[in-house]
Amino acid sequence: MGEVNTFIQAVPLEYFIILSSVLFSLGVLGVLIRKNAIIILGCVELMLNSVNLLLAAFSSYKGDGNGQILVFFIMVVAAAEVAVGLAIIAMLYRNTKSVDISIFNKLRG
Amino acid sequence: MEQIIFFFVAFLALASGFYFVFARNAIYSILSLIVTFFSIAALYILLNAQFLGIVQIIVYAGAIMVLFLYILMMLNLNKEDESKKKNLPKFIGVFSAGLLLVGILGAFKGLNQKTFAGNIDSSVGLTKNLGRLLFNEYVLPFELASILILAGIVGAVLIGKKDL
Repeated sequence: MGEVNTFIQAVPLEYFIILSSVLFSLGVLGVLIRKNAIIILGCVELMLNSVNLLLAAFSSYKGDGNGQILVFFIMVVAAAEVAVGLAIIAMLYRNTKSVDISIFNKLRG
Repeated sequence: MEQIIFFFVAFLALASGFYFVFARNAIYSILSLIVTFFSIAALYILLNAQFLGIVQIIVYAGAIMVLFLYILMMLNLNKEDESKKKNLPKFIGVFSAGLLLVGILGAFKGLNQKTFAGNIDSSVGLTKNLGRLLFNEYVLPFELASILILAGIVGAVLIGKKDL
């Protein structure tokens, strides 16, 4: 063991911070301007992924494995969340024949 | 050389992310999200986090995105299904997202790079080391995660049933 990754030596941590900040803002932008409920769920996934990337980058640059375990648990929770969220969207589509969130403003059947 | 690889992968992730947000067709949108997830997996591999890279490809780019595409194709949406939004809410959305980006970057500006310098032992992300950590210190959260997945599956089946 004890090998040193040349990639970590050559690329500063700021690049990862900037990349994941832009990806997170992109996810927020998608949630704000899109109207398709499935795309909005995908934007939430994009935000989760950008935070995962930042956690993994900090963990690798620090040489500490705990951050990567946290990323693993975030992925588990995201998988469960997507299953339930897509089931809810399919249910809404069955009742209203649409996935446009602008007609979901009244939570009535 | 490493920086060129990083810029290439980062450009791929950002370009497909932008296409994901702004594409009209929902199927193309989700397909470009898959490209973003693959480039994030490549970044994990470059960071020497092999375990996370493989899990990202299997779970995110494989399972979750197949679920998205399946639902999207099952619902059979028309192209004009997405109603046009007025320009003012769109502008407000772009403005607030840009403000958030500036805020996050400003918060990270004071980060001390010296803490992360030096020769770092980069073998923490290998599956062997992460597995040892996962099954010693984090064995209780691991079991709880399995219960969470089970509850999620049961909940999804219950919600998706025809007569609730």
